[in-house]
Amino acid sequence: MQFTIEVGRYNPEGRYADNAIPGEPFPAPWNRSPVRRYQTYTVDLPEHAVVLDALIEIREYQDQSLAVRCACRSAICGSCAMWINGHANLACKSKLQAFTKDGKTRVESPPSMPVIRDLVCDMAPFWEKHLAVKPWLQNKQPIPPPDEEYRVPNAAMEELIQEVSCISCGACLMDCESFAVNSEFLGPQALAQAYRYTGDPRDAETKERLGQYSESGGIWDCTHCYECVAQCPKGVAPLDQILKLRKLAVDAGFTNNAGTRHADAFAESVRDSGRLNELTLMPKSIGYFNVIEQLKVLPSAFNMLRAGKLPPLIHHKIPGLKRIKAIFERVGGRFK
Amino acid sequence: MKVAFYPGCVSKGACPELYVSATAIAEPLGLELHELTQAPCTGAGVLSEQNPELADALNGLTLAMAEAQDADLMTICSTCQGVLSNHNYHLQQDPGRMDRANATIADQGFRYGGTTKVKHLLWMLFEDIGIDRVAARIKRKLTGLKIAPFYGCYILRPVESLGLRERPERKTYLERLIALLGAEPVEYRGSTKCCGFPMLTFNRDKALAMGGNHIIEAKEKGADLLVTPCPLCHLNLDGQQPDAARVLKQEIDVPIFHLPQLLGLAFGLEPEQLRLNHHVVSTKGALEKIELKV
Repeated sequence: MQFTIEVGRYNPEGRYADNAIPGEPFPAPWNRSPVRRYQTYTVDLPEHAVVLDALIEIREYQDQSLAVRCACRSAICGSCAMWINGHANLACKSKLQAFTKDGKTRVESPPSMPVIRDLVCDMAPFWEKHLAVKPWLQNKQPIPPPDEEYRVPNAAMEELIQEVSCISCGACLMDCESFAVNSEFLGPQALAQAYRYTGDPRDAETKERLGQYSESGGIWDCTHCYECVAQCPKGVAPLDQILKLRKLAVDAGFTNNAGTRHADAFAESVRDSGRLNELTLMPKSIGYFNVIEQLKVLPSAFNMLRAGKLPPLIHHKIPGLKRIKAIFERVGGRFK
Repeated sequence: MKVAFYPGCVSKGACPELYVSATAIAEPLGLELHELTQAPCTGAGVLSEQNPELADALNGLTLAMAEAQDADLMTICSTCQGVLSNHNYHLQQDPGRMDRANATIADQGFRYGGTTKVKHLLWMLFEDIGIDRVAARIKRKLTGLKIAPFYGCYILRPVESLGLRERPERKTYLERLIALLGAEPVEYRGSTKCCGFPMLTFNRDKALAMGGNHIIEAKEKGADLLVTPCPLCHLNLDGQQPDAARVLKQEIDVPIFHLPQLLGLAFGLEPEQLRLNHHVVSTKGALEKIELKV
């Protein structure tokens, strides 16, 4: 069967996804990566062939200059994550037939990562983030040391199986919307690993971890777009783990941040009126004493007011509100 | 066709033009709207993450209210759609969660049996109303307009709870609708991406850059306007657009239409009836292309 592959080829001057300089505009990631040249190849392969089969075929028999990184061919090693038709995928797991669009398959290095050559991106930012969350157990040595190995209840590890499945391919980070505009963001892979160690009963630094992850660039910088969940080839669902960390962090008392204030203001509004009060949500999330940030919002508020797009000044309560209050009273937890 | 109508907080708040235009197109589409006036906010995912049990109960109550009406629940907001679908899916899959939610809402005289279908207006056009009926109602073709679709994350992801595994065509409805109305759909990367709204309160400049980048990309591909089924995207893409232009140091000036506004125009309604004169970014240029004034 004939397949047409369009390969994005690069000069080796890759630049970091978010080289955003303070005060400078944020260019879209695909505008920021070096100019790419697409080269078209035709390969003859069986109908069950995957994208990686085509790339190896090209490199071995048509064009030795093509650079591609791969190893296991079995979706285990995580080497061959790349952009296939505009989304991050493992080339060894993506069937050519399923990824043929308008008669061709477009393969390229993800524009949110620095490029080394052709399809090989530099994973340095990925590993920096991975390391930053301290992805190892930090145990306090009991004195005297135990006679045998540490035992962990089965149930505690079952809770972490999903995160342990991560093969560090970077597909989630390559498609992360927050990372595309914010190089500081730890990103989905690192934060899913962060939960894996925070949730491990053998780890003794839970509180310190939650404090670190609550800082700028951490759990509250996620935009909640589910791209990581959609792209992960191993079902890790990084966003779900980030949301678990948010809850653990708030429960552990790390509440002095806009994320927690936003959640509190949201819950208060639903409890007291059954609806979202857009007028108070923004200022409450920012914090009434954060004058500089409050001022930043004013021009947009003024534009919306002028267009007649502001919510009614008197916030309406839904009929039957006592039901909602009763539900909050019963299961509202700290939002009671 | 009778539907349990869930307008969502934003259409009753900062996007009144969405509520007005959605109710205006109900009649031509043959929709009999029974508004769930006593249903609470979904919590927009914020309550789900901090207190899943509370969010199960609140959304279980809404689903039970629709069930009592014996009608599908219709949303006009990608975010409401995503959150309600998510809770509906988990309540249906997990008897333990269903029992706990039902125990909480039982005091209020409600019980959810798990039968409600949650459907965005966009899905209903294709799956319930029928695209032939929509086509038959067109009085004004939108010929000459290039329109960029902007779905909003929560109507696309996660795929399981939204039923996109069974119905992958739901990812193409906006493009198909734009073409049906006589306009040309613009293909660009941003159509399935995030508008940045969920980060707006925590990380303002980055959130504005995120949304602004997508609009600029659509504009470079020739878009006269963007259309979205999500009012939260609208708040960021329209409401904050001048500020996004300031952050990106680039003129943007692309109007953002709500899905029902676009349908309303095609059904022959006037721009004022759809409150197209109440946007932050003027809709004038786009409307002039189809010889309308605002």
